[in-house]
This record gives sequence, C-alpha cells and structure tokens, in this order.
Amino acid sequence: MARAKWLIPTIYIIFLMLPIYWLVSMSFKTTNEILGSFTLWPQNFTLENYRTIFTDPTWYTGYINSIIYVTINTVLSVTVALPAAYAFSRYRFLGDKHLFFWLLTNRMAPAAVFALPFFQLYSAIGIFDTHLAVALAHTLFNVPLAVWILEGFMSGVPKQLDETAYVDGYSFPAFFVKIFIPTIAAGVGVAAFFCFMFSWVELLLAKTLTAVAAKPIAATMTKTASSSGYELGLLAAAGTLTIIPGAIVIYFVRNYIAKGFALGRV
Amino acid sequence: MALELKNVTKKVGADVHIHPTDLTFEPGSFNILLGTTLAGKTTLMQMMAGLEKPTSGEVWFDGHNVTGTAVQKRNVSMVYQQFINYPNMSVFDNIASPLRVARLPAAEIQARVGEMAELMRISAMLDRRPSELSGGQQQRTAMARALVKDSDLILLDEPLANLDFKLREEMRDELPRLFAERNCVVVYATTEPTEALLLGGQTAAMHEGRVVDLGPTAEIYRNPSGLESAKVFSEPPINLAKASVKSGWVLLDEGVSWKADKGLANGTYTIGIRPHHVSPVRQSSKSVVVEGKVKVAELTGSESIIHFHAHDHPWVSLSHGVHPFETGRFARFYADMSKCFYFDADGHLVDLAAAGKAA
Repeated sequence: MARAKWLIPTIYIIFLMLPIYWLVSMSFKTTNEILGSFTLWPQNFTLENYRTIFTDPTWYTGYINSIIYVTINTVLSVTVALPAAYAFSRYRFLGDKHLFFWLLTNRMAPAAVFALPFFQLYSAIGIFDTHLAVALAHTLFNVPLAVWILEGFMSGVPKQLDETAYVDGYSFPAFFVKIFIPTIAAGVGVAAFFCFMFSWVELLLAKTLTAVAAKPIAATMTKTASSSGYELGLLAAAGTLTIIPGAIVIYFVRNYIAKGFALGRV
Repeated sequence: MALELKNVTKKVGADVHIHPTDLTFEPGSFNILLGTTLAGKTTLMQMMAGLEKPTSGEVWFDGHNVTGTAVQKRNVSMVYQQFINYPNMSVFDNIASPLRVARLPAAEIQARVGEMAELMRISAMLDRRPSELSGGQQQRTAMARALVKDSDLILLDEPLANLDFKLREEMRDELPRLFAERNCVVVYATTEPTEALLLGGQTAAMHEGRVVDLGPTAEIYRNPSGLESAKVFSEPPINLAKASVKSGWVLLDEGVSWKADKGLANGTYTIGIRPHHVSPVRQSSKSVVVEGKVKVAELTGSESIIHFHAHDHPWVSLSHGVHPFETGRFARFYADMSKCFYFDADGHLVDLAAAGKAA
C-alpha cells in the first residue's frame, strides 16, 4: 500500500499532461508525419512550424493583437473594479447586497448572447475591429469578477487601517494609492490574473468584433485549413505558444491564488 | 486646549448608539472611558477624533467648534486594540508616516523616529515589516506612530487588550510616563476596572451609550453615583440584591438581615456588595451569613472566585487564598455589609453620611 502511494498521482498527472504533450509533440512534427502515421514522439524533429509563426506577419500579429487587447482589458477592469470593490467592502448603501450579487449575473449569460449587440453597437460608433472593441467587450465579464475578488481581499483589511491613515493625515486618494492598494497587492494580482486569463482564452467575442486590424491569435489558430491545405504542425505550434503566457502568469501569482481560495473568492 | 463634547448623540438608523453626552477633558489630563463592549466607547472616541460625525451636538477643541472639521486637519492620534500598522511599510516608515504627510524635513524625521523607537524599545526592528514583529512590538510601533507627532488629542482604544499578561503590565507601567510631559488630552478606553484603577486619572463610566458616572478614577470606584456605575466598575460583577428596610433593619430576599445604618429611610433598595467583601471566612464583626449552593469555583493561584446561588440569586465571592469548594454543596459565606452600597428605586446611590446627619 505504502509503495503504491505514488501511483494515483502519477496516473492523474499523466492524464492531465497527455493532451498538452500531444500538442507540444505535434508542434515539432511535420504535417505529413502527423497525418501519415501514429508516432509517440517526433521522428523528423523540426522547428519549421515555430519559424513560420515568428516570421509570418499573419501569424505573429495575432499574438500582438491579443496581447494588446488583453492588456488594455486587464488594466481597465482592475482600475474600474478597485473603487467599486472598496465601496462594497466599506459602505452600506441601499441595495448594496443585491447589486453585488447582480454584478455576477453578467457572467451567467454566454458570451454569444452579447456578440450581436456588441457587433451592431461597435459598428455604429465606429470602433469595430479595434483592440479597444474587444477590451471593452471583455470588461463586461471581467469587471464583475474583479470586483468580487477584490471585495474579498479588501474586507480582510480592518477598517481601522483606513482610520489610522486619516488620523495620520492622509487624504482619501493618498491613502488609497499609497497604503490601501499595496496592502491588498495580492488581491490585485489575483484579480488581474483572472481578467488576463479570461480575456486571453475568450474566442467568440474577440472573433466577432474584429476583422483584420485587431484579429486575435485564437481566430488565426482556429482557421484549420488554409490555401496550402491542412497545416496541423503549424496550428500545434501556435497552440503551444498560446499556453505559455498563461503558464508564466500562473507561476507568478500561484501563492496569491491560494490565498484567494482561502478567502473563498476565487 | 480642552476637548469638549456638547450634547453629542449618535444614531445609526433607529438605533441610538450614544445618548446625549456632555464631557470636558482638560489639557494634560489622562481620561479613561470604562465600559463593557458595545457601551459606546469606540463610537465616542471616533466622534472625538472626527472619524464619525455626531448625529446632533457639537465637539469643541481649544475653544473652536470642530464638529465639521475633517480628521486630517485635527491633529489627533489613535491606537486601536488590533495592532494596526501599514503592512507594506517598514517599521521606520510606519512611525515616520505622519511626519512625512506633514512634510517635515528628512533630518528631523530621522531624529524623531529614532528617539521614539528608542523610547518604545523597537530601535532594532526599524528595518523590519510589521508582520515580522511580535504582537507587543507591533503595538509599540502603532503607539510610536501615534506619539511621534505632537497631537493635541491622543485616543487609545483598548490598546493593551490583545497583549499577553506580562506585556500588558509592562506597558501599563510605561504609559502614564509617556504622557506625563505632554500637554495633550489623552483618552483611554478599557473594559477592565482593574486597568482603570491602575492607570488612575479621570474615569467616565459608560453603559449602553450613556456616561453613567464621571470623576477621579479611585473616587468613582469608592463612591459610584449609581447602580450602573457600580456594575461597570466591578470585576467580578458586583453582587446585587433586593432589600427592604423596615424599622431599623435591612432584610434581603435571601433571608439575611442586619441592623440598618442610621438615617436609612424605610422602603425598598437594591444593595450592592463587591465580591471581595463576600468571603468564606469571617472578616468583620458586622459580617452577615449568606448561605448558598456553590455553582462554580474558580481557583487561581492566590485567589478563589466562588459563584453560588442564594435563594436562586447569583452571588460571587472573591477571596485571598485557595478555598476549595465542591460544586452543588451548600456553603456559608460572610458578607461584610458595612461595605455595601444602597441604591434607591431609581438606581441612585444613597448617601449614608448625609442621610445620617439629617436624621
């Protein structure tokens, strides 16, 4: 029994990692090898797929576009959510509990519901196919989430900290920026992470609201067939590259996320 | 630079947190707000500081009405029961923060923080974060931040409540010295009567949002103005019993009677007798016997606190030495009724000396 302790976690991790391994392994194969035969690892190891992505503008602009709107969205969502979360955590006002709950209902509707109204609205005001269009659309989902997460962290800070700062002579804005935000830095990190993740993986709105200029990588990647036929190796390489930013961000905020779980807010 | 509260009240919704209150604190005075949790001590302090606006009434400082003045402009300091420090700043920056906000020159900040850290014995910790300090050191940091600026009003809201026993005693010794040379108003909130007595100064006893007694601390303990004040200022709780006085004798429901003091008019009273005047051993010739069923016996190393029921009324005895009692057994206690307080039907203390003279 004691000797088999490693067994179940190992099986679990194998199941977990298998699709990722398959993706990574495919990215180093030629499309012919992928379609031709079943191989556990690349027989003709090639970096050609990655070379194409980093040199062909139709591929790498997708990454740039995604990074731009994800960044705009994250900054926007967290900036807007900070004062909102502060209000929810520190003040009692008419309907605060209901409003706090209804904020979350935005997340209950599938993105597809909002695709048409956003498309029509953004076309009408002329921001269709811009980074801002996607970033704004994603705030619809991310602001409530960020408010929810930040409120949890803020409520963990005693109100006496605010009062001590006022007594020391800090004005509200000075207190908020110099003392309060650094105090809940972990929460800001977690909120930013979730905004980043959602915006990074969201496909439907990003695809609908862009055409050429702000086309995200996810849109490029899901166009399975091109003029040169199936390019499975290339798609696998693009997929691998798409996982990397998420993995990096998770690595940096992993301890904070645990704290967020402890607060019951993630 | 006296602090005056003029008829201040605080209501939150329909709840009255502070009933109309008038208080005056002189500069250089040490004032204690004594009361149980939810007595309104913190609310009152927040109104003194300007963190909360009174629902009605005015707060005056140094002859000016400061009711509407923001806390930032009032030059006050506050220390809380929870150790409140800025977690993202070092201990040095924590102590320096009020001076930095006031834009003092760096050299002066350095000097004053150093001096204050020396006084608080945290000089070695100046580079650390508050979370790396022990509870006592964290509270010293908070205290240093409150004292480093020359505040006109220093508010201490149960600052020692979360410290362990030894630290509490140490800091309680140091506290009066820290304020001795300052010409500011100090207000100290506590729930513990013993702490109030040890600190001295003036005490305002509070009960359910009212100041029920006001005066020099020891004086209030000796002569509480009324029932509520006596209850607030007694730990363990004061023994209260219904008494009727008839033809020169006091009779309790407990079946105990003794000869009434001269001048005590006939009628019904509530008597209050502090637990340390109720003892398992006879202390004075005026002691009367109260018999009761022992409920709980708390024996500390040097004291015995015995809770017992006499005729279904709860009583407490506090005595020196260890007196073991079996719970559920009947036992005799001796109450020194020459030390008891008589409260009339309205809860006011009956002044026996004055009554005696009149009679």
